[in-house]
Amino acid sequence: MQIHDHNISVNNLSVWYGSAQAIRDVNIQIPGRKITAIIGPSGCGKSTFLRAFNRMNELIANNAKTEGNIIIGDLNIYDPNLSPIEVRRRIGMVFQKPNPFPKTIYENIAWGARANKYKGDLNQLVEHSLQQAALWDEVKSKLLQSGLSLSGGQQQRLCIARAIAVHPEIILMDEPCSALDPIATYKIEELMRELSKNFTIIIVTHNMQQAARVSDYTAFFTLDENNVGILVEHGPTEVIFKNPKDVRTNGYISGRYG
Amino acid sequence: MNIEKFYDDDLSGQIKAKNFQGKIFEILCLLAILLGISILLILLIDVTLDGIPWLRPQLFNSFPSRFPDQSGLRSALQGTLWMAILTAIIAFPIGVSAAIYLEEYASDNRFSRFIEINIANLAGVPSIIYGLLGLGLFVRGLGLNRSVLAGSLTMTLLILPTIIVTSREAIRAVPRSLRMASLALGATQWETIRYHVLPYAMPGILTGLILGMSRAIGETAPLITIGALTYIAFDLRGPMDIFTVLPIQIFNWISLPQKDFHDLAAAGILILLAILLSLNSIAIYLRNRLQHRW
Repeated sequence: MQIHDHNISVNNLSVWYGSAQAIRDVNIQIPGRKITAIIGPSGCGKSTFLRAFNRMNELIANNAKTEGNIIIGDLNIYDPNLSPIEVRRRIGMVFQKPNPFPKTIYENIAWGARANKYKGDLNQLVEHSLQQAALWDEVKSKLLQSGLSLSGGQQQRLCIARAIAVHPEIILMDEPCSALDPIATYKIEELMRELSKNFTIIIVTHNMQQAARVSDYTAFFTLDENNVGILVEHGPTEVIFKNPKDVRTNGYISGRYG
Repeated sequence: MNIEKFYDDDLSGQIKAKNFQGKIFEILCLLAILLGISILLILLIDVTLDGIPWLRPQLFNSFPSRFPDQSGLRSALQGTLWMAILTAIIAFPIGVSAAIYLEEYASDNRFSRFIEINIANLAGVPSIIYGLLGLGLFVRGLGLNRSVLAGSLTMTLLILPTIIVTSREAIRAVPRSLRMASLALGATQWETIRYHVLPYAMPGILTGLILGMSRAIGETAPLITIGALTYIAFDLRGPMDIFTVLPIQIFNWISLPQKDFHDLAAAGILILLAILLSLNSIAIYLRNRLQHRW
């Protein structure tokens, strides 16, 4: 199954944690090899929506229940015959707080590849991944030092390199810059632009300037009257930020709430 | 309402009185700690003075004898060593596996909570009860007789709750973000446990194992119950041999009338203390390493 270059289609996606519904009936088409930003106020289900793509919701809460489906190319992520392990292998994730393994920089990249039975040359893979994550020049002389010895921004790029190394088709990013200073944030954003040539990137962000700067498409989520997350509207980032159709989007973007 | 008149004018006198109360409390606390430390010190000094002259090669090389100057701890040291190692070998895999199951696999339902509460309770069961269990189950039931293996299995039962509880704490202390990082790469739960959770929890798990072992080494009651109270004058050659251990040998000597045997017992206590202290220092060292990592 190759799912490269294919668009993603989310159909009637709803997620519950126990009896509490987190998101309801989300329908959206996400173009491949573009950056799509998910924005919206706190608690509107952005992260839940993101985790639906690599079936991480069922990991963080064992009472999580998902309805609807996500189709990538010919692959239905919620196909009962498909192992969530395979989904996660094909859809990488970068977390809010940099979480490198407390191993060497080299091992941070090589471990995932080895776990997934990579048959090529590991040294080459490590170099290639670090280069793609724009980290190689900074760490090439200290590959055997702990990943935790790096600065926060470097750690986050190490995590991106780690995700790239298992060759995913999509990279999910859950507020990847919220723990970083502006310069580190800038570097990650630059990197995302570069990576979007080869990967589909979906990023959750609280930072609207970031969404405007970095993304090609934007989806705006909010809470409905029952405190359930819903997708309000989505489209090219320019359109969402300059001519939002919905009054709620306009209110959020112009800073009236959020 | 005039609240001012209800407050004392003499503020500094008031504070002085309150400070005086505080001082008395502080002194009481100090006395409490001095009491504990001085009793321990007196005990240590007394034991050291009695035992030092008997700390000589003879003590390690000789079997017990009815003549104090020919007596040694050879068989007791061998028994303690065999028992400690056998106990560790048996208790470690069982305890860690149980902890992994409870932390990583078991869902949070009534059954698992019931198990949890009971493990915590088991840690508080008097050790002689384990001795009786060992006597019934291992010595007679499995026909292991009074072997060091039967003793080790009994000690395993005794320290398993400790090992399970400390291992669970160590496993729980591994940040969730690390598990998520591993799983998000497409690793299985087994790979995540094997390559991430266990290595990082290992110092904490080993701390628990060592603390359990030092408890096992110091225990006397369960071993007396299963019949280890024996005069042994030959080397321990295998797990099925009968055995004795340090605390039992010490107890034996103290119960003899001659003063020399009491001093010999003091020397034995010094050795037992040295073993326990070094095991505890290793545990502390491992715990500090664990704290450094995160």
